[in-house]
Amino acid sequence: MKRLANILALVSGAVLAAGLPAHAQQPRSGGELVFPVPSEPPSYDGHREETFGLIHPFAPFYNTLLRVDPFDKGGTKPAPSIAESWTASPDGLVYTFKLRKGVKFHDGSEMTSKDVKASYDKIIFPPQGVGSTRKGQYAIVESVEAPDAYTVRFKLKSPSGSFIASLLSPYNFIYKADILAKDMHWYETNIMGTGPFTFVEHVKGSHVVGKKFAGYWDKGMPYLDGFRAIFMRDSAAQVAAVRGERAHIQFRSFTPKDRDNLKAALGDKITVQESPWDCILMVGFNHEKKPFGDKRVRRALTLALDRHTGSKALSQIAIVKAVAGVQVPGTPFATPPEELNKLAGYWTDAAKSRAEAKRLLKEAGVPEGFSFTFSNRGLPMPYEPLGVWMIDQWRQIGLNVKQNVIEARAYFGVIRKGDAEVFMDFQCGYIVEPDLDMYKFLSSDRNPANYGRYKDPVLDDLYDKQSRATNLEERKKLIRTFEKRLLDEEVHYMMTLQWHRIVPHSSKVKGWTITPSHYLNNTLDTVWLTQ
Amino acid sequence: MAFYILKRLLAIIPTLFGVAVLIFLLLRVVPGDVVEARYMGEGGQFQSQELMQLERKKLGLDQPLWKQFTTWMAGLARLDFGISMWTGAPITEEIKLRFALSLQLALMASTIATLLAIPLGILAAIKQDTWVDYAVRVFSIAGLAMPSFWLGILMILGMLIIFKWLPPMVFTPLWVNPWENLAQLIWPALAVGYRYSAVSTRMMRSAMLEVLREDYIRTARAKGLWLKLILSRHALKNAILPVLTIISLEFAFLLGGLVVTEQVFNLNGLGMLFVEGIARRDYTLTQALVMLVATFFLTVNFVVDIAYAWLDPRIRYR
Repeated sequence: MKRLANILALVSGAVLAAGLPAHAQQPRSGGELVFPVPSEPPSYDGHREETFGLIHPFAPFYNTLLRVDPFDKGGTKPAPSIAESWTASPDGLVYTFKLRKGVKFHDGSEMTSKDVKASYDKIIFPPQGVGSTRKGQYAIVESVEAPDAYTVRFKLKSPSGSFIASLLSPYNFIYKADILAKDMHWYETNIMGTGPFTFVEHVKGSHVVGKKFAGYWDKGMPYLDGFRAIFMRDSAAQVAAVRGERAHIQFRSFTPKDRDNLKAALGDKITVQESPWDCILMVGFNHEKKPFGDKRVRRALTLALDRHTGSKALSQIAIVKAVAGVQVPGTPFATPPEELNKLAGYWTDAAKSRAEAKRLLKEAGVPEGFSFTFSNRGLPMPYEPLGVWMIDQWRQIGLNVKQNVIEARAYFGVIRKGDAEVFMDFQCGYIVEPDLDMYKFLSSDRNPANYGRYKDPVLDDLYDKQSRATNLEERKKLIRTFEKRLLDEEVHYMMTLQWHRIVPHSSKVKGWTITPSHYLNNTLDTVWLTQ
Repeated sequence: MAFYILKRLLAIIPTLFGVAVLIFLLLRVVPGDVVEARYMGEGGQFQSQELMQLERKKLGLDQPLWKQFTTWMAGLARLDFGISMWTGAPITEEIKLRFALSLQLALMASTIATLLAIPLGILAAIKQDTWVDYAVRVFSIAGLAMPSFWLGILMILGMLIIFKWLPPMVFTPLWVNPWENLAQLIWPALAVGYRYSAVSTRMMRSAMLEVLREDYIRTARAKGLWLKLILSRHALKNAILPVLTIISLEFAFLLGGLVVTEQVFNLNGLGMLFVEGIARRDYTLTQALVMLVATFFLTVNFVVDIAYAWLDPRIRYR
């Protein structure tokens, strides 16, 4: 009887464990996490670089003021990090953060508000000769203050609906003030933070090794003894590494085919996590080139795409899936599908949509068989399949499109010059936040990265209003109006399909949750290995 | 002989200068620069023009071309390659890090190629038109037809599917752990070595056939010399000259040209560094690598020429 009870207890325990989310299972300490990284950063300075190649191997050495909740699949929920709490003044102009006590740098010194202030001053108000790629994102910040050792205060010029989200940036590493005071460039070539892992070595072009920081402020964390990030450019080599169990996980994404091959080869040894990805390819129209200055032509081009059918077909072969507007589907500010389907190019009736496209082209005086050049970036995934798909869709409304593929690194430099007629453009965010995601579409005099070369004060005004709105519903309404104007009424840009992130990883890896951003969730403090 | 060596040495200087001018200009014809590659690579929508100009100024890219060229030349004259525009680290350091792997791989692949090519080429020649000759020809034609990176992919897949094993992914120097080192490098060396042995095998076979038809070989046979002696003392010395050239030039190429194979096996070698340098528009690094490879090619060529002159006295008197 006792034996039966034991067996029942074991079985029920196993069933419960299987049903529980990974972070609710009992974590195990030990082991080294091995992961390939497809890109290598030029320097170690998070304030200066903007590649995931920096985040994946170097984020575990640092903490940020706040972080995204590591178990939030939506990737938008703020969670404490070295700030344990925060408050906003009633007028929304002052944010006060209370810092944790006992947070240590890897050299043993204590981290205080002086370090947070020095780090944010470097990001927001960099001195002459110091590059900060994120300075523009904090234009509303008037000052950063440290009234006492454990309090940091940000004063804003105007209220902002996105300020807290902007502090969730995984790049905003907290550096040591004394080091910055001596040499503002020190962190470009050296590593020393408060993160869960300490730096062991970086062999350029090869790998980065980190080991558990015994003095980490979050007691019991991290679970891993260490990690090894291996730089690996070739995607086939990355897949082989996971398949050969030489690596546990690749944090960016694999293709649907890689996922299927890994699952077929390794079965239960592989766990697949998927999410809509906060990256999208969109098509820009150079408004200075005829006939793309005519909104009827632009509208016809978006109406030609059957996004719903395209989504089903392309998601089998490329890292794209959801039909999307200006926000990642399923996230707080995203337009629900039934409303999105009312916009031009999102109709479910493709025949009706194409008939309307042909009518508009005729009305605009564009002849049947009109030819133009579509500039695309020389990257296989997903630029190539999306480019081929769109050219075919445009042919179905009588357009003859020639594709000009430009080498990847030179691409944006060429597009910026303004010679392209219609071109592929790209956006990828570290967090789903309208201020970051919609900034791209502001008038060209406000944002030089608007390669469509248009000016639309109405759109700019809508952007500013939603950015200042602190009421969630009011902000949502403004974002919908912005989206309708951008994609339906003016069609300054048109969206293709939302990227789809696929991370097949060893089933031994627990405590890691996929989010829509491949820049998030790489501190590795919550990650553990079952064996 | 001394005059011949001096003449060959002096020819190296204008060749290197020509290479320097060409690579300097060619790199700048390609659109984009290192600052764009760094800050615009992922869209760069928040990047300000001031930041980009600041970075260009730091790297000297705002200087006129002639000034950039003379600065680079002055550095080269002092054997100073400068710093990488991408990482800011000294270029010698970047190259040193990868040189051991590339050199070892080139040596291993060349050794495999030589060990396969010379005996197989001789065997095919002395057994001309027999099944042995046909087998060697099939083996070498297969090697010519298969790119080494493709053979590498097949090897990796084979190891994964059949043995559920994959070579180590991080380079360990031979003197640190010979077993780990060989477990990683033997596979690319085999893939590349086989590919390059194919050319040399065919060259060895045809050179040997030609030599074996010479009068002096017939004379040697007629006076009753052993075949082994005829081959080693008389035929091989003459037949090996063109093979020596091919193997030497292949060795020079292997040092920096194994781009795809290095990618397939994830090797941190000079080939990958070359591609990354070009993709990132890292002018200083790419220029240094081109100069290094050119110097290496010219040196190998020089050594081969001297060896030719030493092996065949007719050459030095022409």
